[in-house]
Amino acid sequence: MTLATETPMQRERARTIYEKSKPGRRAAALPGAGVPERPLEELIPAKLLRSEPPRLPEIAEPEIVRHYNRLSRRNFDLDSGFYPLGSCTMKHNPRLNERVAALPGHARLHPAQDPRRAQGALELMWLLQGSLAEICGLPHVSLQPSAGSHGELAGLLLTRAYHADRGETRTKVLAPDTSHGTNPASVTMVGYEVVKVATNERGGVEMDDLRAKVDDKVACLMLTNPNTLGLFDENIAEIAGLIHAAGGTLYYDGANLNAVMGHSRPGDMGFDIVHVNLHKSFSQPHGGGGPGAGPIAVSDRIEPFLPRPQVVRRESDNGGGPTYDLDHDRPRSIGRLRGFQGNFGVFVRSYAYILSLGADGLAEASETAVLNANYLKARLAAGRAGKRLPVAFDRHCMHEFVLSGKPMKKELGLATLDLAKRLLDFGFHPPTVYFPLLVEEALMIEPTETETKESLDAFADAVEQILAEAEQDPDLAKSAPYTTPVRRLDEVKATRRPVVRQSL
Amino acid sequence: MLDAIGVDSVAELFEQIPAPLRLDRPLALPDGLGEAEVYERLSALASRNADAEEQVCFVGAGMYDHYVPAIVDAITQRSEFLTPYTPYQPEISQGGLQVMFEFQTAMSELTGLPVSNAGLYEGPSSVASAGYLAMGATKRRRFVASRGLHPHSRETLATYSQGYGAELVEVGLEGGLTDAAALAAAVDDETAAVFLQSPNFLGAVEDVEALGLAAREHGALLVVACDPMTLGILKPPGECGADIALGEGQPLGNRLDFGGPSFGFFCATGEQIRRMPGRIAGETEDVDGRRGFVLALQTREQHIRREKATNNICTAQALNALGAMVHLAWLGRQGFRELGELLAQRTAYARERLAAVEGVELLHEAPVVREFAVRLAAPVSSVLDRCAERGIAAGYPLAREYPEHEDGLLVAITERRSRAQIDELAEALAAAIAAERGALRSDGGQKTPQPGGVG
Repeated sequence: MTLATETPMQRERARTIYEKSKPGRRAAALPGAGVPERPLEELIPAKLLRSEPPRLPEIAEPEIVRHYNRLSRRNFDLDSGFYPLGSCTMKHNPRLNERVAALPGHARLHPAQDPRRAQGALELMWLLQGSLAEICGLPHVSLQPSAGSHGELAGLLLTRAYHADRGETRTKVLAPDTSHGTNPASVTMVGYEVVKVATNERGGVEMDDLRAKVDDKVACLMLTNPNTLGLFDENIAEIAGLIHAAGGTLYYDGANLNAVMGHSRPGDMGFDIVHVNLHKSFSQPHGGGGPGAGPIAVSDRIEPFLPRPQVVRRESDNGGGPTYDLDHDRPRSIGRLRGFQGNFGVFVRSYAYILSLGADGLAEASETAVLNANYLKARLAAGRAGKRLPVAFDRHCMHEFVLSGKPMKKELGLATLDLAKRLLDFGFHPPTVYFPLLVEEALMIEPTETETKESLDAFADAVEQILAEAEQDPDLAKSAPYTTPVRRLDEVKATRRPVVRQSL
Repeated sequence: MLDAIGVDSVAELFEQIPAPLRLDRPLALPDGLGEAEVYERLSALASRNADAEEQVCFVGAGMYDHYVPAIVDAITQRSEFLTPYTPYQPEISQGGLQVMFEFQTAMSELTGLPVSNAGLYEGPSSVASAGYLAMGATKRRRFVASRGLHPHSRETLATYSQGYGAELVEVGLEGGLTDAAALAAAVDDETAAVFLQSPNFLGAVEDVEALGLAAREHGALLVVACDPMTLGILKPPGECGADIALGEGQPLGNRLDFGGPSFGFFCATGEQIRRMPGRIAGETEDVDGRRGFVLALQTREQHIRREKATNNICTAQALNALGAMVHLAWLGRQGFRELGELLAQRTAYARERLAAVEGVELLHEAPVVREFAVRLAAPVSSVLDRCAERGIAAGYPLAREYPEHEDGLLVAITERRSRAQIDELAEALAAAIAAERGALRSDGGQKTPQPGGVG
């Protein structure tokens, strides 16, 4: 395809807001100071002042609105189409949650407000903590971590504090070779060494390898269950027994919690620490890469070390209702992980989601997520994908599954990346590609419970069509996409000679 | 669907979970509610909070009650920005990637440093991430931090330090400012980074350039936390010798939200670009030569580099950074400077007005932009309660985090705080202090015990 056949969107070249700036234009009308004014240099010594204001854009409001509306049309989003990005749980984001988060009592509440004048917010946090504790099967919750990776960091710091408290020094953290990249990155940040554990032929932890690697230097085993292949590890009870017998803690990466809500609980599986991605299972919008929140639920033995402050509830002794407070006096705590109390706005949305679904609704969400994944897996297997893109571990999956594009690459010369890029022309966000690392040419598909059978069918049909077309003309997919605002981008250049800001 | 899968029931799919691990009862949570009921429930909770709509808010301490223009909400609530994931597929994520690029440019301009990332979780954890970067860059494990650094930042840095094995040394304040002699004495050849904040937690503008020399002399990185809203008038950290400038982004286009979500910004010298934490957008071209944007330098990141990554961050705060960018565009170059001046003028007025109140004196006389500290001649907590009864959140009590300033109160000004409101604050403080002193006198001069701690 050549420039001659550009789509209108492609013809519209990217221009930044700085390039639309004209000296003297503006949007904001600020109030006057309204107080007796003095030269700035009398208030602040001249050597501490800047000589020129920063070169921000100069542009009027209508053009700002147009600029960002134009940009928005250059994004694909969940509200526009199917987004089966494995491990990311792209489920519908109810707009009610946005509405309640924006109530002034939430949105304009200062985080340092005296707890006696923020009782509604603290009660909401308390209620959310209780709900997450019940869903995870672990009694204590800290809402403080800001994301899943932050929860991992918290869990490893808690592990370190737990062992230090017992006078033990441990150096290793075990993680399967299928783990999320955040797991080993968090391990290093907390000063441990990562030891990889192999995967068996059913997609679970290789027990002999695990036994060989468990010793008294192991601080923790980090697991996702169902794992990143979308498979439930049936040996989890035995795994937990092994780790606990060696004195380690068991950490649950909650990225895949959406598969088991109301069906199985990490605490009952033997996990000590769990993080929950509120932006995955609990419907916080992903925002193009955040915000999220990664609360942790922990067992009794970990509780004394939880970050401070903690929300506490006090029963009234004079017949009034309970009151809520922030407890800063936690001498064995690992300390703060961030400012204030956490991403409260995310808590509001997730609590609204839990209230909306209720006990049955959450369980049903997981059931439908698992049903949808298995249906899409079966639909794909029945077509060309069955041969070209076989499922990596052929058993029933939970909420997601992983295909291998190895035969497709060998037989048609089509890499998984090419398939992904061609899907863009069909109006789909591609699945996660090249993860987990264990599977060659991996394609990881998570449809979630909020998709209809029609959406799943349409996606399966698109994959079928792309494979059929590749049998005729493999080059078509190799040069895809054609219809997107820009086509394949030179990522190597962006890393070798990075241009990370506009020169003005 | 079940036929296609080849099972009789959904329950069959859950049989891969061993029976003893299957929950044999419903979750002990209430039944689901309809949309209107959920709204009522959440609305009732919200009504039990004294928010800045209900109280006149002079509380700052890192998060401020600025006016967020309506276009910020209109743009950040668009589905196309609200509901996508991280832009792993750049061809269909040009909007979000270009916003990151524009945001990086703006933050680079504000801080005077050439490289910015696309945002981190929030302020204090960004400070801790700078510590991790400094350890990697210097191969040293010792931090020196001013007591003027936000207490939450110091505590977060200490928490992270337990993990990556660093020692944290604190340098005190003199007259509201970092004790320069003590700082110079504390920095040595094992120091990885020196952490300053300007304006510092007590609102005082530090002479970063002079203080930073100690870091330079010993080959330590200079990390400066700053309040973005002061950077329209204050000399940017990049011109004061900072290697890293970072901070809490909430004042730019983000709501108070009881503490989050907001974002942290993180800028550095070009030398540190390959050690940066978080996402960075970069400019490039597509196969037809069209300009485009991608996630650059991904080889730093956890999804590629795993245990060798420069940081573990994955989900950051793209939507919050978008809010900041729209707010900055709305303010514009002139508006941003005017806002900084407005804050300085009103704060100067408020500081003078409050200092004239009987029972109030300045805690320090160092220059300030938008926040200042006073001492009260009556128990702070009781004074705050009395002001709250008049609909005023009078400030942030210093006692918990600065026990040496048990009588200290931090007062913050934004463009939303009018002269009339400042006058009202002065009157409320005067009345509250007089009443408390009266209560003390009638108590026979005994100091009344302060009621329980404040959040």
